[in-house]
Amino acid sequence: VSATLDLFTQRLTQAHVEVRRCGAGDVAAQVAGVCTELGVRRLGVPPGLPADWRPAGVDVVEDHGLEPIDLDALDAALTGCTLAIADTGSLVLAAGAADGRRALSLVPDVYLGIVLEDQVVPDLPTAMVRLAPLIAETGRPVVFVSGPSATSDIELHRVEGVHGPRRLAVLLVAAG
Amino acid sequence: VNRRRPHDFPAAARDALADDQLRATMRRATQTIRARRAAAVAELDDWGELRERARLVKDDALARLDELLDEFQAAAEAAGARVHRAPDAAAANAVVAGIARDHGVTELVKMKSLATDEIGLDAALAAAGVEAVETDLAELIVQLAGDTASHILVPAVHYSRGQIRDIFARTIARGRDISDDPNELAEVSRLYLRERFLRARMGVTGANIGVAETGTVCVVENEGNGRMCTTLPPLLVTVMGIEKVVPALEDLALLLRLLPRSATGERMSSYTSLLTGVTPGDGPREYHVVLLDNGRRDVLGDPVGRQALRCIRCSACLNVCPVYTRVGGHAYGSIYPGPIGAILTPQLWGMEEHAKLPFASTLCGACAEVCPVGIDIPHVLLHLRARAVREQAPAPERAAFGAAAWAFGSPRRFAAAQKAGRAAEMPFGARSGLVRRLPGPLAGWTDGRDLRPVASETFRRWWARERAAGEAPPSGGGGGEGDR
Repeated sequence: VSATLDLFTQRLTQAHVEVRRCGAGDVAAQVAGVCTELGVRRLGVPPGLPADWRPAGVDVVEDHGLEPIDLDALDAALTGCTLAIADTGSLVLAAGAADGRRALSLVPDVYLGIVLEDQVVPDLPTAMVRLAPLIAETGRPVVFVSGPSATSDIELHRVEGVHGPRRLAVLLVAAG
Repeated sequence: VNRRRPHDFPAAARDALADDQLRATMRRATQTIRARRAAAVAELDDWGELRERARLVKDDALARLDELLDEFQAAAEAAGARVHRAPDAAAANAVVAGIARDHGVTELVKMKSLATDEIGLDAALAAAGVEAVETDLAELIVQLAGDTASHILVPAVHYSRGQIRDIFARTIARGRDISDDPNELAEVSRLYLRERFLRARMGVTGANIGVAETGTVCVVENEGNGRMCTTLPPLLVTVMGIEKVVPALEDLALLLRLLPRSATGERMSSYTSLLTGVTPGDGPREYHVVLLDNGRRDVLGDPVGRQALRCIRCSACLNVCPVYTRVGGHAYGSIYPGPIGAILTPQLWGMEEHAKLPFASTLCGACAEVCPVGIDIPHVLLHLRARAVREQAPAPERAAFGAAAWAFGSPRRFAAAQKAGRAAEMPFGARSGLVRRLPGPLAGWTDGRDLRPVASETFRRWWARERAAGEAPPSGGGGGEGDR
């Protein structure tokens, strides 16, 4: 288990994602810290985001179908996820209550994802086995996020933050 | 778009080879992607096994394509999508333009899609009064330049940063002082497109993979423009080639392990989206999937050539091809260039126009080695060359080969032909040792090489003479003395 978590952390770091690890009771404080650091004042969250993950000192905006233009006015988005994949360093958003709408984690310039340690699976085939019933039975939309928005279209020179979030930060939360 | 006069690959290749900047740009780019792919593939110790499984999955899917398409349609519609079948480009374009018209849409945002490039959707929409804005950075560059893509994965790979700055300076950044820094150029496109994403009422995408059991469409990208197109507008249309469908989600997982590593050398692309019908409150309220045939079913009829339909458009074969890396994509005269294009284009749109493409290869086999779905491209190239000769060789060439077959058919005729050949080559300098230039239609042969003259004495005459001179045939190198 710890090898899987280490691999996950390593893959995210390689993909230029900031990773922090913290205890279950420490999420809101960690999020507040990241917000201060990045100058985030308006933070969009899914209505289903647990209350004890929401930071103090920041304007928390619940997304009840915000229009694109309103999403664009947010400084950052904070969501949970359905699964995470160690081998590819991916967050899997599958329209769970804490995952939010797909547009929420896309339009704001900064995206903070919260991953619980027991959500991390070793590889993509394992993740797909878990996702299959959600897709087959309820047609849930799924997004695998494996890094910040990036392009290599100009002389294969990598530029981060083309259309989606320029910054991607992940909080890996210990069980219990 | 594809039905025009025959495409002259040799002439186009000659022009491309004369462009030093293009050759330098292509060499740098393809070497970079090659190295990234090699590193990503080396990381997996079961690559060969994954490849073989993918080959079997795709072959199985192609063998029962109709059944899977029905399954896909039923599942997608049960999930709230509407599925359309388009036999050709015109039908597909009409469906998309009709959806736009029905909703009063005059501007839409598009994700990078080869299928829509293939059918010329942007032009068809423009003719219907709808502006299609390309939102992948490279596709935007190509669109603004009024150009076409030159690579499956990185369509603007033939442009340098300076050229891209110039294109932006005369279009979306007019009157502004911009540098050729890729970060700044990407920012210019971000600002231009963000406005269009936010107001978009319709999005259009292609599909990397379709899943029959759930009616799911998978799209893979890095920029986030695809997620914008698939989640912000209330109306979404996907154009998917019928060969993209695989049976199950586990097959999707398998192909997703092969595709990004082969394409960009990444373990997984930044964003992989699975779209299954319509989800209330999340993404488009109306979703259409257009299943595009446009020649694909005809390809299935060729037992050798059909493996080209396994292609998942990773473009690894382009980056290793000694021909593609030198001439670039435009010389192929097709949205599908490189080795895969050389076997796909003539099969999809007819040998009449693309008979020269199967010859645009050295048959070195590098393409087959990197293909993640095990397409034996050299084998298909040879197969198509034979077809091209049977179906397309010009009358004089067929007559010449017919005459050769007749001459080779009897020893007497063969000897007479050799004699005639010696006489015929004299005016072209055969006496000086090499024929450097043949006349008329034969000049093509001597353009790139000299021709050895016919020997003054044939082997058979030499053999007869030597046998007459001594009892035993001579040994070793002494036998050639008589020729000097």
